[in-house]
Amino acid sequence: MNPARKRTVRLVMALGAAVVLASALIYTSFSAASPALTPSQLVREAQPGRSYELTGTVVKGSVHREGAVLHFAVADRAGGTAVPLAYTGIVPDPFREGREVIVNVEKQGGSYVGENNSLITKCPSKYKTAPPSENQNA
Amino acid sequence: MAGFGYACLLLALVICAYGIGASLYGVRTGRVEFSDSGRRSVYALAGVLTVAMAVLEIAFLNNNFTFNTVADTSSRTTPTFYRAAAIWASQEGSLLLWAWLMSLWSSLALFLTRKRLRDVAAYATAIMLGFGAFFVGLMVFYANPFATTNPAPPEGVGLDPLLRFPTMMIHPPMLYSGYTLCTIPFAFGVGALLSRRVDADWIKAIRRFAFAAWLFLGFGILLGALWSYSELGWGGYWGWDAVENASLMPWLTGTAFLHSLMIQEKRGMLKVWNVSLVLATGTLAIMGTFLVRSGILDSIHAFGGHTLGVPFVILIGVMIAGSIYLVVSRRDMLRSEHRLDSLLSRESAFLANNLVLVALCFVIFWGTYFPLISEAVTGQESSVGPPWFDRYTVPLALILVLLSGIGPVIAWRRATFANARRNFLIPVVSGLTTLVVLEIAGVTQKPFALAMFCCAAFVFGSIGQEFFRGTRARRAMAGESPPLALFGLIKRNRRRYGGYIVHLGIAVLFVGVAASSSFQHASQGGLKPGQSTRVGDYEVRYVRPTASITPKYDQAHTGSTLSLGAVLDVTENGHHVGTLNPSEGFYESDEPSQGTVSSLIGGQAVSHVAMTGGLLRNVWTAIEPDIEAPNLKRIVTAGNSTLPPDEALVAIAYLARAYLKHPPPTQFNLVVSPLVFWIWIGGVISFGGGLIALWPAPSTVRRRVAARSRARALRGLARA
Repeated sequence: MNPARKRTVRLVMALGAAVVLASALIYTSFSAASPALTPSQLVREAQPGRSYELTGTVVKGSVHREGAVLHFAVADRAGGTAVPLAYTGIVPDPFREGREVIVNVEKQGGSYVGENNSLITKCPSKYKTAPPSENQNA
Repeated sequence: MAGFGYACLLLALVICAYGIGASLYGVRTGRVEFSDSGRRSVYALAGVLTVAMAVLEIAFLNNNFTFNTVADTSSRTTPTFYRAAAIWASQEGSLLLWAWLMSLWSSLALFLTRKRLRDVAAYATAIMLGFGAFFVGLMVFYANPFATTNPAPPEGVGLDPLLRFPTMMIHPPMLYSGYTLCTIPFAFGVGALLSRRVDADWIKAIRRFAFAAWLFLGFGILLGALWSYSELGWGGYWGWDAVENASLMPWLTGTAFLHSLMIQEKRGMLKVWNVSLVLATGTLAIMGTFLVRSGILDSIHAFGGHTLGVPFVILIGVMIAGSIYLVVSRRDMLRSEHRLDSLLSRESAFLANNLVLVALCFVIFWGTYFPLISEAVTGQESSVGPPWFDRYTVPLALILVLLSGIGPVIAWRRATFANARRNFLIPVVSGLTTLVVLEIAGVTQKPFALAMFCCAAFVFGSIGQEFFRGTRARRAMAGESPPLALFGLIKRNRRRYGGYIVHLGIAVLFVGVAASSSFQHASQGGLKPGQSTRVGDYEVRYVRPTASITPKYDQAHTGSTLSLGAVLDVTENGHHVGTLNPSEGFYESDEPSQGTVSSLIGGQAVSHVAMTGGLLRNVWTAIEPDIEAPNLKRIVTAGNSTLPPDEALVAIAYLARAYLKHPPPTQFNLVVSPLVFWIWIGGVISFGGGLIALWPAPSTVRRRVAARSRARALRGLARA
């Protein structure tokens, strides 16, 4: 094989391998991904046994603990549909009623279970500049 | 004062506009005085932004709450140390930090190249000032750090308690130094392409800056991991969070560049690849900044505002399109001078390392931006979790560590069998011995971790052998004692041996990552005083509750009104290992509507993690005290309805006493991570190696000093 041909073959092989790997990556990302849903979407669309990423705010007055299980409800940002959850695992420090959370959930029977250690709290006030009106009241 | 600060920003914008014009005019017409003036405007920009930074810093230290940023991120009760660091806790302040650091590093880069690379540097000046104009423009038009409110609020909100951790003082400046340093090779790369001077000169000129960017970014990432492990209550150091990933991506492409540039220096190969890596690193650094600023992806780190998205998207679009155009239009100049001789050569090992690093970067890029990609493709926002990242990054990391042992010992051009036997015998034996020892010890249930330990042992063997051979040769030649010979060896070839030390540190770090992630024991559970639970080989007993209140007027006040904790006794097979005191601090909220007592403790709650352990194991504990327990809630509710604000603290004191007397069952998070300390040691070793490699070689320093004294002597002669 002449050197130029050899180089072409090598290049094609390398590119082929890269394409195969990239397709595997892309395929698995779509099949392994958890769809991000709001509570109202979750109630409409959830199928038992599948994992979903639920985003919403913690309903005031809904948080109570039973041993290792933390119960709370997550509602749409604008209020409305609330999904009650049973969650076990680490609760991040900023977790509070009324704050935005992201948690992976699964529908088991008629209820929703939060996956172990999947709770993330978004603190909307963190880093964010408060509107001037709030400042003046402070 | 605020007006003066804002004036500084306006002046900075004018300087940027002038400097871009002057340097472009200078390089287009060949009038050097204009290019020089453009360069000096970068110095001026650095000066003006230093003044702006000082104005804001003084406002923070003096509690000048007319500044909105000061009122939002600081307060009289914030300790002075954190008040000084609070400047970069806000969106506006961190933009100023970015622009300021960029102007400082750019000034240094342009000062060091002032007598060389005239055309390249002139274009680079324009690019740097372009970045300067962009960031200063953001502050002037979107997020002004000098915005004020009149009359000033009597007290500020205070620094977010989660940020009250000593590394807050150095983590953001380190990370931002890394990001801003990434833009310097970018600017020079674009300059080289624009001026069609794509030889090795510009690579030599920016090598040190690319290295410094790599070093600072890496150290910043590691400090972030340390902060996460020792401050956040989840017991981990890396969670594949979007913002973490954003800082890792330019670091990976930067690492690739630092290796492939050696091939360009030595063999004149991979020019297109190198310049593409430089451009990609700069773009990824800006994208990383964008990710934190725009709030486009869900991340616990991201700043809340959404206003900066559009300008950043435009900038990134221009950077990508411009980079592609420049590389494609200059491709004829970027031809390799040599071909790859053999697949068994150092060039090939470096190429493989580059491919792995870029593949890693691609995986992380895809996973990080997947929510946007899936929304664009399927209309449904989805995300991938840590298991998806691990599936790809773990095997790639294994190959990477293995290559970091192969690269230093394989021959350039073509490795022969004799060469391979001479150089690989010890590393391979070292790796295999580790495999056998670990098999005998029964560490077989985690194949990836086992493979990582063997790869790391291979690296230790290969690097150890290099040091041993070099030292032996010096001893034979100069008859020096072993430590002196080793010292002399490193001193003579800092870049090479500094690099080897970095490899060593990375291998140590990965051993720590593999061990702590594969062999971690975690347990969560509710305990009452006197009860105990097991985690790994350890027994943890809840001895007694602790509570303390630190009112605002207290000198020792750290910000939290109430702190509830526990004394834990840790034993291993009956031997006392340590006594730990994890606690959780409850901070005042800024919502008086919660009630007089509730608002004193209704703000942030922050874990104070307690740890013990040494080189081999780390026992990590955090507590989630149940402040909503019925007996405590009753006190708060009663206090809310009866106590005026200035007496509400009495109820908190009462609550603390009730907690001590009748402690409710308490949740503990317990984690035992083996070798987690190795991650930090590995980081320190790598950083040390990096500093050694970065330090100017003695010969260059001497040459410069000699040249300067010669010039002085000549000037003296001319005068005489």
